[in-house]
Amino acid sequence: MGNYYIPAKYLFNKIVDVEILTAPFITSKTIELGSKYSPDFVCTPFKYTLGTMIEALDNGANVLVQFGGGCRYGYYSELQEQILKDLGYKFELHNLITSGKTNVKRIYKIMKRIDKKFSIIKGLYYLYITKNMVKYMDKIDDYIRRNIGFEVTKNSFLNLNKEMLNSFSKVNNSISLYILYKKYFKKFKKIKINKPKNCLKVGVIGELYTLMEPFSNYYLEKELASFNIEIKRFTNVNYLLFKHQKTINKALNKSKKYMKYQLSADASSNVFWTKYLCEKKYDGIIHIKSSFCTPEIGVMPIIDKVASNYNVPIIYFSFDANTSEVGIKTRLEAFYDMIEMRRK
Amino acid sequence: MKIGLPKGLYYYYCQKWLYFFKELNIETIIFDTSKEIIELGNKISNSEMCLSLKIFLGHVYYLQDKCDYVLIPNLKYDYKNQMCSNFSSLYDLANNLLNIKILTFDNNKEIKNFIKIGKELGFSSKKIKKAYKIATIKYNKNLKKLKIENINKLNTSNKKILLVGHSYNIRDKYLSEVIDLLKKYNLEIIYSDLFDDDYYFYLSKDLYWKYSKKNVSSVVYCKEKVDGIVFFTTFPCGLDSLVNELVMRKIDKPYLNLVIDDLDSLAGIETRIESFADIIEQN
Repeated sequence: MGNYYIPAKYLFNKIVDVEILTAPFITSKTIELGSKYSPDFVCTPFKYTLGTMIEALDNGANVLVQFGGGCRYGYYSELQEQILKDLGYKFELHNLITSGKTNVKRIYKIMKRIDKKFSIIKGLYYLYITKNMVKYMDKIDDYIRRNIGFEVTKNSFLNLNKEMLNSFSKVNNSISLYILYKKYFKKFKKIKINKPKNCLKVGVIGELYTLMEPFSNYYLEKELASFNIEIKRFTNVNYLLFKHQKTINKALNKSKKYMKYQLSADASSNVFWTKYLCEKKYDGIIHIKSSFCTPEIGVMPIIDKVASNYNVPIIYFSFDANTSEVGIKTRLEAFYDMIEMRRK
Repeated sequence: MKIGLPKGLYYYYCQKWLYFFKELNIETIIFDTSKEIIELGNKISNSEMCLSLKIFLGHVYYLQDKCDYVLIPNLKYDYKNQMCSNFSSLYDLANNLLNIKILTFDNNKEIKNFIKIGKELGFSSKKIKKAYKIATIKYNKNLKKLKIENINKLNTSNKKILLVGHSYNIRDKYLSEVIDLLKKYNLEIIYSDLFDDDYYFYLSKDLYWKYSKKNVSSVVYCKEKVDGIVFFTTFPCGLDSLVNELVMRKIDKPYLNLVIDDLDSLAGIETRIESFADIIEQN
């Protein structure tokens, strides 16, 4: 998912003594492979992950590690394992999250099986560093998202981001990681931007996988940036792993008018974020999800109501394996024209 | 006082409430699913919602001005027994889309829900507890009878079929027109929702949906005893898309996967059922 393969690879590289193959970047071939062997109306992340797994196995991997919990994600691994076994692959698949909870004892056993020399102290130490790494990455990402549309020299943000991630994966303790983070944050601030004071602002909400894997939303954020729009996105790995329940409690508290019960996955957070974006006077909201995402479909009418109460335009994108990219672009352009006209 | 119960989704898992209301002499208003209700549901729901949810919303819409309260609970259990994510948004959807008075509960402990609703309707706790006890006894007695009847079908000499599906699909009057087609061929139909969830882990270890467990364990239990299996799903059901696929990959019986989107034309389904019945006949 996005750049998050770097901290994951870092973690496993440090704690177990085996060769780590990261999943290859997603291409249209991946999706084709995934869709071919998936059930008909499963949500799209299933197809993407299945495609990636097939490619990884073809490259010679024999242990697959997956993180999945909540709504349908938690059940992915069992079916994917069956499908891959039917295809004739020989491998081990480990899902580190069961029934929506992380079971430390189970993870320890799995790690022991992968590498006999695995030590829990070393594991926890590097887990802590990785946790911080993800946190810093998300903070930098947030800054990039707000400013990338206004860079003077093209690709300056992306190049620096690449450089930063490269140096991140070489650190050995959390202090040097922190120093690196500060150093690069300063560098990012030095990048020349040409940002008008009242630029258009758009919030992006929706289902987590489609939001975080840029290929699955056809680089929607890149497209938005080319219109010179400031982008706000809440969903990131830091939120998913450490702030999820806290945000939901806050959401239930702050948007009582629209919501009484906790909805599954990120649905209740999305209602809250919609309200937040409306109150902060954003120019528009973009809601993206993969097709057949049940929690988001169930909450869309509520989000619609919030947005219309505040009179903020909202557009829904539903991504499938064979959505046409041109169609998305056209709709996005029309949406941009509309919010620009509203400004005047 | 009239309480409306939308006959969809949660209704089939809250049968005890019917006995409870009867015991307290409260009038309940329930309609069978009809074409009109489905159209109403289509009107207010999102196009991507599953057919079962559309039917449910249609029921709520239909009940809007026909009763004082509508009962829409948020059923939830522990994290190893989850419900489909639609169940948790039922109340909020109805509340935001329509202007109705809703009775609702969401406790893990059953009796607390009965006390809460009973008190909201103005009954004393003594009366509520008594009604609850009687309702439980009557409900259990009825359920036991149905279960025995269902299992006894396995011993008949006719060709037997296991119908796998969620209660809100296979018990729905309108959707089960499809099941009536099966009955034409002299097949004994065994319902999956009347089984306990004891055996599911033989086929699926990770399964965490409460009512899918019943379906899967019914397959495990009946695998050797029936001649064929029919999977009955509405489009696009999130749970069945994964669970049924896994089950289909692991069994070696003839099976038929029926996915119902709209019942406008039955001709296509009829042909498939006919050829399936032929296969069963020949085996």
